[in-house]
Amino acid sequence: MSDLKTICSIIAFAPLVGAIVAGMGGRYIGRAGAHTVTIAGVAISCVLSVRLLLSLLAAGEDARVYDETLYTWLESGGLTLQIGFLIDQLSATMMVVVTSVSLMVHIYTIGYMRDDPGYQRFFSYISLFTFAMLMLVMANNFVQLFFGWEGVGLVSYLLIGFWYTRDSAIFANMKAFLVNRIGDMGMVLGIAAVAYLFGSLDFADVFADPASHSGVTFELINGKPWSAITVTCILLFIGAMAKSAQFPLHVWLPDSMEGPTPISALIHAATMVTAGIFLLARTSPLFELSETALSLVMTIGAVTALFMGFLGIVQHDIKRVIAYSTLSQLGYMTVALGASAYAAGIFHLTTHAFFKALLFLSAGSVIIAMHHQQDMRSMGGLRKYMPITYVTCLIGTLALVGFPGFAGFFSKDAIIEAVKHSQLPGAGFAYIAVLAGVFVTSLYSFRLLFLVFHGKERMDEETRGHLHETPLVVTGPLMALAIPSVIIGALAMEPMLFGGYFGDAIFVLPAHQTLAELQSHWHGAVQFTLHGFTQPPFWLMLGGLISAWVLYMSKPELPAKIAAAFSPLHQLLLNNYYLDRFNQWLFAGGLRGIGQFLWRIGDVTIIDGLVVNGSARTVGALSAVLRHIQTGYLYHYAFAMMIGLMVLMSMLWFVIH
Amino acid sequence: MVTLSDFLVLGAILFTVSALGIFINRKNVIILLMCVELMLLAVNTNFLAFSYFVGNLHGQLFVFFVLTVAAAESAIGLAIIVLLMRNRGSINVQDINELHG
Amino acid sequence: MLTEKILFYLFATILIFAASMVVTVRHSVRAALFLVLAFFTSAGLWLMLQAEFLAIVLVLVYVGAVMVLFLFVVMSVDLDQGRLREGFGRHMPLGLVITGVVIAEMVAILNIKELALTAPEEAAYVGSNVEAIGRLMFVEYIYPVEIASVILLVGIIAAISMTLRGRRQSRYIAVNEQLAATKQDRLRVVDLREPGQTGSPAQPPIPDNGADSPSTGAES
Repeated sequence: MSDLKTICSIIAFAPLVGAIVAGMGGRYIGRAGAHTVTIAGVAISCVLSVRLLLSLLAAGEDARVYDETLYTWLESGGLTLQIGFLIDQLSATMMVVVTSVSLMVHIYTIGYMRDDPGYQRFFSYISLFTFAMLMLVMANNFVQLFFGWEGVGLVSYLLIGFWYTRDSAIFANMKAFLVNRIGDMGMVLGIAAVAYLFGSLDFADVFADPASHSGVTFELINGKPWSAITVTCILLFIGAMAKSAQFPLHVWLPDSMEGPTPISALIHAATMVTAGIFLLARTSPLFELSETALSLVMTIGAVTALFMGFLGIVQHDIKRVIAYSTLSQLGYMTVALGASAYAAGIFHLTTHAFFKALLFLSAGSVIIAMHHQQDMRSMGGLRKYMPITYVTCLIGTLALVGFPGFAGFFSKDAIIEAVKHSQLPGAGFAYIAVLAGVFVTSLYSFRLLFLVFHGKERMDEETRGHLHETPLVVTGPLMALAIPSVIIGALAMEPMLFGGYFGDAIFVLPAHQTLAELQSHWHGAVQFTLHGFTQPPFWLMLGGLISAWVLYMSKPELPAKIAAAFSPLHQLLLNNYYLDRFNQWLFAGGLRGIGQFLWRIGDVTIIDGLVVNGSARTVGALSAVLRHIQTGYLYHYAFAMMIGLMVLMSMLWFVIH
Repeated sequence: MVTLSDFLVLGAILFTVSALGIFINRKNVIILLMCVELMLLAVNTNFLAFSYFVGNLHGQLFVFFVLTVAAAESAIGLAIIVLLMRNRGSINVQDINELHG
Repeated sequence: MLTEKILFYLFATILIFAASMVVTVRHSVRAALFLVLAFFTSAGLWLMLQAEFLAIVLVLVYVGAVMVLFLFVVMSVDLDQGRLREGFGRHMPLGLVITGVVIAEMVAILNIKELALTAPEEAAYVGSNVEAIGRLMFVEYIYPVEIASVILLVGIIAAISMTLRGRRQSRYIAVNEQLAATKQDRLRVVDLREPGQTGSPAQPPIPDNGADSPSTGAES
């Protein structure tokens, strides 16, 4: 087992070493050195992770879960905080996803950031991010998970504000960090509740027998006891809400597109945002015990899935469309978790990681070719100039909309089916939402495809003259990611969802066995694909495709007319449901107002003016009066002494008599 | 016969009279010093009275030391008066108020 | 017994009278003399208290040294007789009231039976007072005695250093030094030419008042 410990340590720390060398190396290693050492680190982690996963899968039923402590950090009052690794099917899957997408992004960055002065810093950051994410998924206790949680939040902040001289980038990274902070509040409270309830922060201890604590209640408001497990789960979900950008803490994700495209692919599509989904899957033994929490999870996921999709329809920036698409898909994953179909959620996470990263990177390829122009209204007809990018983007789009046969189809349909079978309150709304979401997803995805690659060429002459396919370092990862976007769905669905793949890593109560219902209808991937052509999601997807064709290819003047006709609705969507304005006004403005108030009145008036200067003034005023007692005349002093003596003696006299 | 309280009352009266002298004397610093000497005299009388009536010789020792210190103190006090006269030209107590607040 | 009482009251009355006179007479010399009277009277009282040594010390040291010093200073200070005439009538009533109150209170406190001790059966010492005090002083109180002597030393030094005026600067002619002066001590010629320059340096501008005569060197 120590061999396994070494392997795990290498997987976790190789990217860290790469990050440190690239960050501190500077002139000594140069740009080539920076990308070589970081790619080497992540490649080692990737290879070892794949090996680990394969060995776990090969062992099948006998797969032994590896749970060991690397280093005990501190022990205090019964709680032990340690660095440790828990390798089971869930974490192994996540590790493979994280390292492989990270590797692709590293290679892609060589081409994308070629002209950027912060080249080495970027590589250092993305390697550091990989390290933090790995610590998160490999954790065997809540504290290490939280360390990884905070680490990815930090690196996300650093990377969103990578071009720190831009005001919009700084605004975006502060926003991301602060919204994540709100979630972290909930996360910390949730972890504290876990520690309080279970007396330990190790997963092994907490998940051993959670049902024994299901009767415990918290009385946060006197007279209203709440189930402790529910409270804990809701608090943990608040953390997941911020990290995985669920409504209403989703507001940071569209702004995070200020960062370079590779990080949009890495962090905001494939890895960081999935940390929340991972957390919920990991704590499934706890969530299963609380129907309230599951219901909440599902509802919020459904809201996110549908309403964020609507916003994707009206965006002009190519990256923003994909960002809202990510938000919507994250909503899908959350809905799956709420319906107790944890395996489906993780499955969709895996497939989504690949095709969303593919979409982002292909968008990046387009942006490079268009010399960092991101507005889709200035694009069009690019498929002649960038065939490879077009094909890979098309594959990604087909995977995203759930075209039968592609990866996204399997995971999405699994989710829709699972939600259909769920009995929890809110499941009905969730089902309608995810179904409607299919139409919306298809609409905006094909809108993007048609606007960018088909139709009339709207770019100016100079840009057109420079249009050509991007170099291999850029298109290579695109092609590499296109492959799993196609096949991984068919390959992985059966083992993952029905084959006991996750073993004991995920726990589902018998009452919530939604995937089991699906399993009863399962007759193989091919059959599922063919069956898919007859299901409502397919019709909805087709409807979206046709609508997009009509609106953007055959009658391009129609969108403007519809926008004019439904102007209030259009404005609502353009302004992100006025959520950003609301947050700015209420929270940002409110807090600034409170700050101003506390500064002007609390600090300046009361503390400075009244207490500090006031006490000085009082002393001054008093002493200005009292100083006249010191006349300098000896006889006055003697007189005062006599008076004092007289008073004392009077007191003494009363005492004696 | 004479009792302790008689001597104590005498000492008290002496002390109070000299205190009166300090604060009604506004013109002459030397009178001030003389009143201080009177106070010390009153205190010494007290000590000796107690020493005699209680039968303890240590009271007399104490008076001895008080006399010593009083002598030194009056010498210095008079030196200060000489300086005052030299520098100010006046030993009026009402003119000596530079240490006022 | 009776004589004791009569003597005590006599001395007490004279003492209080002398003290009041010290406080109230206009003339400082008379005040000093009344103080001398007060000291003598209280020396008598102290003799009644069987403190012979201290009574004599009071007369010798206090009256003999300190009061003499007082008289020196009183007489060397040139008092403005005009201002002496100013009365202290303004402050006297309040002072008398306060004093009266204090004395009344003190008398009330002190005239209690616990304090009405009479002469003890066994005396504080046997034999000579001087011997007894000496024995006590140099055996038990030797340390305070040394400190007392230091205090007296400090008193001397303080009084002298405060009032000592430095030696007056007198101006005199040191004829020997004048006769011993040489040309080399008094005059020094310095070359102000630039390096490489020959001949005389440029003439300095001649000031308007041509009454300048070359200086004859440093003053002595």
